Amino acid sequence: MAVLETFYDVMRRQGISRRSFVKYCSLTAAALGLGPEFVPQIAEAMETKPRTPVLWLHGLECTCCSESFIRAAHPLVKDVILSMISLDYDDTLMASAGHQAEAILDEVMEKYHGNYILAVEGNPPLNEDGMYCIIGGKPFVDQLRRVASGAKAVISWGSCASYGCVQAARPNPTQATPVHKVILDKPIIKVPGCPPIAEVMTGVITYMQTFDRLPELDRQGRPKMFYSQRIHDKCYRRPHFDAGQYVEAFDDEGARKGYCLYKVGCKGPTTYNACSTVRWNDGVSFPIQSGHGCIGCSEDGFWDKGSWYARLQDVSGFGIEASADKVGMAAAGVVGAGLAAHAAVSALTRARYKGDDV
Amino acid sequence: MSASDRLLTDAELKGTNLEGLHARPLRARRLLTVYVYEAPVRLWHWVTAASIVVLAVTGYLIGSPPPSLSGEASSHYQMGWIRYLHFAAAWIFSVGFVGRVIWAFMGNIYSREIFFLPLWKKEYWKDLLDEMLVYAFIKKQAKTVVGHNALARTALFFCFTLTGLFMIVTGFALYSDGTGIDSWEGRVFGWIMPWQGGDLSTHFLHHWGMWVIVLFVMIHVYTVSREDIMSRQTLISAMTNGYRNFRDDRPD
Ligand code: HEM
Ligand code: HEM
Ligand code: SF4
Ligand code: SF4
Repeated sequence: MAVLETFYDVMRRQGISRRSFVKYCSLTAAALGLGPEFVPQIAEAMETKPRTPVLWLHGLECTCCSESFIRAAHPLVKDVILSMISLDYDDTLMASAGHQAEAILDEVMEKYHGNYILAVEGNPPLNEDGMYCIIGGKPFVDQLRRVASGAKAVISWGSCASYGCVQAARPNPTQATPVHKVILDKPIIKVPGCPPIAEVMTGVITYMQTFDRLPELDRQGRPKMFYSQRIHDKCYRRPHFDAGQYVEAFDDEGARKGYCLYKVGCKGPTTYNACSTVRWNDGVSFPIQSGHGCIGCSEDGFWDKGSWYARLQDVSGFGIEASADKVGMAAAGVVGAGLAAHAAVSALTRARYKGDDV
Repeated sequence: MSASDRLLTDAELKGTNLEGLHARPLRARRLLTVYVYEAPVRLWHWVTAASIVVLAVTGYLIGSPPPSLSGEASSHYQMGWIRYLHFAAAWIFSVGFVGRVIWAFMGNIYSREIFFLPLWKKEYWKDLLDEMLVYAFIKKQAKTVVGHNALARTALFFCFTLTGLFMIVTGFALYSDGTGIDSWEGRVFGWIMPWQGGDLSTHFLHHWGMWVIVLFVMIHVYTVSREDIMSRQTLISAMTNGYRNFRDDRPD
C-alpha cells in the first residue's frame, strides 16, 4: 500500500470502466449540487491527483455510521470510496487486525503526515482518564489525539462524534465528549445523524478528495450542501402542516390519510438534515414517509429534549412533569385568583376610607 | 390635607369656566396636571399591546394547533395564516421596540424609565419597598410619581423590556429556520440556537417567554386599573392623552 495512486488508478484496479467512471463524476457533481461544467473538473482531479488517505477511528459508538456507509446507494460510489478508505485503516472494515492493524495506522500517519484525513466515528469518554473506551490496550482518547495531530482535517461522523449522542445523554456517566471539544486545533467537519445518510457521507468524502478542500460549512461546522435546510422545509407532508391537517393519534383517520405528524411530536421543524430530499436506502423512504415523526437524530442532544411523541420538552420539578402550557395555565390561574382577591381587599379598604375625600 | 389642595369656594370659581356653579358639590380643587407620556410613547404602547395579544394567541396556536381539518389540503391554509399573523405581528412588535429605543434618546426623561433601573439610588429602593407595602395593604398610600412608580418600573424592566428583547432575539433566530441560514436573520440571530442547546431548546424558551409576558400583562392591566382608581394620580388617561392628573398635591 501507500503508493501514490490516483483515484482513477484505484477505480481501474477495481475493474471500473471509463464509461462508469465518467458517470460517477456526473453523479457526484449532481449530488454536491454542482453544475455539469464541474464534471470535467472532477474527472481531471480524480485522474491526476494522488488520493488522500483516510484513517477511520472508532470510539464509543454503535457502528451505525459504518452500517449506513457501506449501504451507500450507488454501488460505484460505495466501491470506490470503500476501497479508498479501507485500504488504509478502519478497524471494523479492514482485513488485518491486532498489532498488524495498529502498525498500518502508524505507517500511514508517518508517511502522510499533515496530509491524511481523520474520520472519527463515535466519541471519546473522558471520565476515569478515558478508561471507558480502550483501543489496542490504550484509552481511545489518546489514539484520537495522536492521530488527529498529523491530520489535515477531521470528519466527525454521526451524532456521536458531532454532539455526543446517546452515550452523552444525561447523566453521561462516562463523560462521553464530542470530538470538537477534544481536538481543538484542526478543521472539523460535522456530519451528524444517527446514522448520517450514506449518500451524505460519501458526498462529503468525495468532495474533499476531489477538490482537496473542505466543503463549505455552516456555523456549527456542518457541510451546507446537506445540512442547510430542515426536514420540514422539504417534507412532502408540509402542505398538510400549512393547511392545519394533523395526525392526532397514530391510529386515526389523519394517520391513514398521511397528514402532518407535527402533533404526534415530529421534530422535522427543528432538524437540519437531508432525509426529506435524499431519503434512505437508495431513496426508498424516510421515517415520515412511513408514518413516524422525525426524532431529530441529527440535532444536538436529541436524547435529552423530551419525548419523541411530544413537541416540546416537559418541565419537571416538585416531583411532577408537565408541559409549559400546563404550568403556564396553572400560573395564570393562580395569578388571576390572586388579583381577584387583591381587588376585593382593595375595594374593602377603599370603602372604609371613603370619608377621607382623597 | 395641604393648603393647596383644599376645596374651592364659590367665589373662587368666578372668572373661570365654572363661574356660576356651586363649588362644594363639585368638590372643585386646583391641582397639577403634567404631560408625561409623549405621543410616540402612547402610540407605541397601544400598538405594542395589540401586537402582543396577537403574538400570544398565534404563538400558543403554533405550539398547540386547533383540531385537525378535513378535506383537501389545498382548500385550507390554517397554520399558514396563524404563522403569517404571528410573523406580521412580530415585525410590528420588533420595529416598534426599536423605534421605542430610539425614542428613549429623543423623548423626555420618562421615556427612558423602562430601559434601566436606578439601582444605585437609595431612593429607588425606598420607593420600591413603599410600593410593596402599599400592595400588601400595610401602607395606605405611596408618594406621587410623574413617571412609573418604582415597583411598576421594576416589573416593566424585567417582564417587558428584557423579556420582550428575549422574544425578539429568539423569535428572529427561529425565523431564520424558514428564511435560511444565509439570510440576515440567520447571520444576525442564528447563533442563538446552537448557543441555547439547539433549535428545539430555542422553541422551548421562546414558548416560556410567552407565559412570562402573559402573566405580566394580567398583572399590568390589574395594577394600572387599580392605581387609576386608588392612587394619588391617574394612569390610564395618561397613557391615552399623555396628561397625568394628581388627585392631591401634598408634598411626600
Ligand atoms: C399586551 C398588553 C400590554 C403591554 C405589553 C403593555 C406594556 C406597557 C409598557 C411597556 C408600559 C411602559 C410604557 C413606557 O414607559 O414606555 C406600559 C405602561 C402603561 N400601560 Fe400598558 N401594556 C399592555 C396593556 C395595557 C392595557 C390593556 C392597559 C389599560 C388598561 C394599559 C395601561 C397602561 C398604563 C396606564 C401605563 C402607564 C403606567 C404608568 O403610568 O406607570 N396597558 N404598558
Ligand atoms: C412577545 C412576543 C412573542 C410571543 C408571546 C411569542 C410566542 C410564541 C410561541 C408561544 C410560539 C410557539 C413556540 C413553540 O411551541 O414551538 C412561537 C413561535 C414562533 N415565534 Fe414567537 N412570540 C413572540 C415574538 C416573536 C418575534 C418577535 C418573532 C420574530 C420573528 C417570533 C417568531 C416566532 C417563530 C419563527 C416561531 C416558530 C414558528 C414555527 O415553528 O412555525 N416570535 N412564538
Ligand atoms: S410531518 Fe414533520 S417534517 Fe413533515 S410537515 Fe409535518 S412537522 Fe414538518
Ligand atoms: S428523519 Fe429525522 S430522525 Fe429520521 S433519520 Fe432523518 S433526521 Fe434522523
